[in-house]
Amino acid sequence: MSKTIIDKLWDSHVVVNEENKPDLLYIDLHLIHEVTSPQAFAGLREKNRTVRRPDLCFATMDHNIPTIDRFNIKDETSRLQVETLEKNCEEFGIQLEGLNSEQQGIVHVIGPELGLTLPGKTIVCGDSHTSTHGAFGALAFGIGTSEVEHVLATQTLWQNKPKQMKVNIEGDLGFGVTAKDVILWFIAKFGTNVGTGSIIEFSGSTVRGFSMEERMTLCNMSIEAGAKASVIAPDETTFEYIQGKRYAPENQDFKQSCERWSKLASDPEAKFDQVIEIDASEIEPMVTWGTTPSMCLPVSGVIPVKDPLSTNEEEQALQNALTYMGFNGNERIEEISVQHVFIGSCTNSRLSDLIEASKVVEGSKVHPDVRAIVVPGSQAVKREAETLGLHQIFLDAGFEWRESGCSMCLGMNDDIVPEGERCASTSNRNFAGRQGKGARTHLVSPIMAAAAALKGKFTDVRSVLPVKELEVNRYAGV
Amino acid sequence: MPGFKSHSGSAAVLDRNHVDTDQIIPKQFLKKIDKAGYGEFLFYDWRYLSDGGENPAFDLNKKEAKGASILVAGKNFGCGSSREHAPWALKDYGFQVIIAESFADIFFNNCVKNGILPIRLSVNDIQQLRKDPSEKVIQNLTVNLEEQYVANQNGEVFRFDFDPYWKKMLLNGWDEISVTLHQEAKIKKYEDERIVN
Repeated sequence: MSKTIIDKLWDSHVVVNEENKPDLLYIDLHLIHEVTSPQAFAGLREKNRTVRRPDLCFATMDHNIPTIDRFNIKDETSRLQVETLEKNCEEFGIQLEGLNSEQQGIVHVIGPELGLTLPGKTIVCGDSHTSTHGAFGALAFGIGTSEVEHVLATQTLWQNKPKQMKVNIEGDLGFGVTAKDVILWFIAKFGTNVGTGSIIEFSGSTVRGFSMEERMTLCNMSIEAGAKASVIAPDETTFEYIQGKRYAPENQDFKQSCERWSKLASDPEAKFDQVIEIDASEIEPMVTWGTTPSMCLPVSGVIPVKDPLSTNEEEQALQNALTYMGFNGNERIEEISVQHVFIGSCTNSRLSDLIEASKVVEGSKVHPDVRAIVVPGSQAVKREAETLGLHQIFLDAGFEWRESGCSMCLGMNDDIVPEGERCASTSNRNFAGRQGKGARTHLVSPIMAAAAALKGKFTDVRSVLPVKELEVNRYAGV
Repeated sequence: MPGFKSHSGSAAVLDRNHVDTDQIIPKQFLKKIDKAGYGEFLFYDWRYLSDGGENPAFDLNKKEAKGASILVAGKNFGCGSSREHAPWALKDYGFQVIIAESFADIFFNNCVKNGILPIRLSVNDIQQLRKDPSEKVIQNLTVNLEEQYVANQNGEVFRFDFDPYWKKMLLNGWDEISVTLHQEAKIKKYEDERIVN
C-alpha cells in the first residue's frame, strides 16, 4: 500500500500497536532545555527511576539566559534553573552544552547544525517549536513536562496517529519574499488551528527550492497553524547540509544513510486527509498587526476596522487585538512606527537570516528612535557571522550584537519590550504580553525587520534595495 | 494521582477564542523548578491591574465566578507553547475540568497527564449549557467521564467523545510511566532491532 512520509516515519517507530490503545512510539532523540525539564527530573528522582537512554538525550540552555554578560545571571530563579539543569545532566549522565560551551545555542538551531537532527528520526523536546526539525524529514514534535519525564524513563511515548495534511507550494517566490512570509501568509489565510490534530507535509517546487534554513523557518511555525508536526521529504539539499556535521554519519555510513533517507518521500499514490495547494507567486512580504499570527497582512495592507456594536466572538477578538495593539483600524501597515527591532529566535536566527538582513543594513544607519538587536541562534552562528564580518555591518549601523539564546522572542531574560512599545520581530508569536507586559509585537522576516530598523517604521523591503543587491536567500547553511 | 470519575461544580465562562499559554501563565512565572504554587499567577495579565490589585472587569474575578472548578472557553484553547505550567496553574487555581470548542494538541495532552479533564463540545452545546448566552457562571454542572456526558441543572445532557485509552488512564489515575515500563521487553526488542542513524 502507498505510504506518505508520515506513515513511513510513524510505522518505523512503533514499539507496541494494540487495539484500543495509542501506539507506543520509540524516540530517537530527546532535546532538553532548562525551563521544561526540572520537574521531569524531579519526578524521576521521586520514584527512584533512571534515564533509560542518556545517550539519546542532548541538553542545552537557551530560554532564560542573558544575551549580555552571559555568565552573570542576576535573576536568582533563572540562575537556579540553569544550575538545576547542570546538576540533572551530571547526575543522569546527559551531554550538556551549557553557557560555557562553543556548541551552545537555541535548541532548535544547534540540533541541526551539530548533525543530531537527521532524516528518519523521531525527535521530541519540551518546546512547541520542535516542529523545526521536521525540515529534515524527521518526525519532530513538542511535548509537555510529563511527557519529557516519560521519555526520560522509557525512551517512548504513547501517541495516537494524527491526520495527515499535504500543503503543496508551487512556483517562484517574488523578489523580497522569504520562507517566513510563506508561513505567515499560510497562517493568515487558513488560520491558527487549520493544522490542529494533523501532521503537515510541505511539498512542491517552492519547498524543493528552499535551503535547509528556509525549510526550518517554514516547519518552525507550523505549530502556529496548530499542527502536531510538519515534515519535508529529505533530498540532495538535505544530504548536502548534513554531510560533515559533527555528529552526522560519515563516509560509507553517510552514503548508506542517504540511500535509506531517499526512500522516506511519500509514495506518488499516497493519500492525505486534506490537500492544500498554494501558488507561491501570490505571496508578499507579510506583517502581523494583531495578537495571533493569523492577524497578518501584506506590507501593503490596511488594518481592519472594528465595529463597536458587534458582539460576535470573532469580532470581539478583533476589538481586543486592536485595543491591545493600539490601533483604531484603517491604519496602513507602512504607517506603523516601531521602537524595537529583534532579529533572532528559533525561527530566524540562522546564518542565512543574518546574511540577508545584513544586506539590507549595510552602509545605512538604524533610525534614531529604534533600539535594534541581533541575537544569533547559536555560538556557531555567531562565530561564522563574525568571520564574515556581519557583526561589524550590524554594529556600524547601530544594532546591538548579542550572545546566543531565545532572548526577546519570549522575554524570559532581560530582553523585553516595554509596555505600549512596538517591536518588529523575526520570532514566531505575537501573543499579548509575549515580549513583555503590554508589548506590541509585529512578526516579520529578517529583511523586513532590517528595513523597519532603518526607517523606524514598516517599509516594503522591496523598495529599500535595488533588485540586484537583494538576492533571495539561498545560502546552504552553517 | 487520584482517579477522575465524575465531578460537579460551577463553571466560569471565559468567552474568548485562541486563549494562548502566554495568557494562561506568562513567561516570568516559568522559572521555578517545582510544580506547585502556579495558581496565583493564572491569567496574570488579565487578572491583575498594574498596581497588583484584582481587575474587577475580568470574568474570573466576578464574585459569582469564585470557587468555580470548571472552566468554559471558546476554540483553540491552550494554543502556543508546550509549557505544562499552564495546566499546573489551572489545576492549582482549582479547575478540574475544561470545556472548550477545541484545544491545542499539546495543551490537551498536558491536561490529561495532570488529571484535568479537557472536554470538547460543539459551540451550540456550549451555548446551551447556559441559561442565557450572557451568563458568565454556570451553576451546578455535572461532568461524568465514565458515561461521557455533561449535564446542566435543567437536566439537559451533552455527550462528548473521549479517547478510550486516556479515559481508562484518567478514570484509574494510573501512573503512565509505570504502565509503559511493563512494555520493557518490547522496548528492548525494538532497540535491538532498530537501525541507528
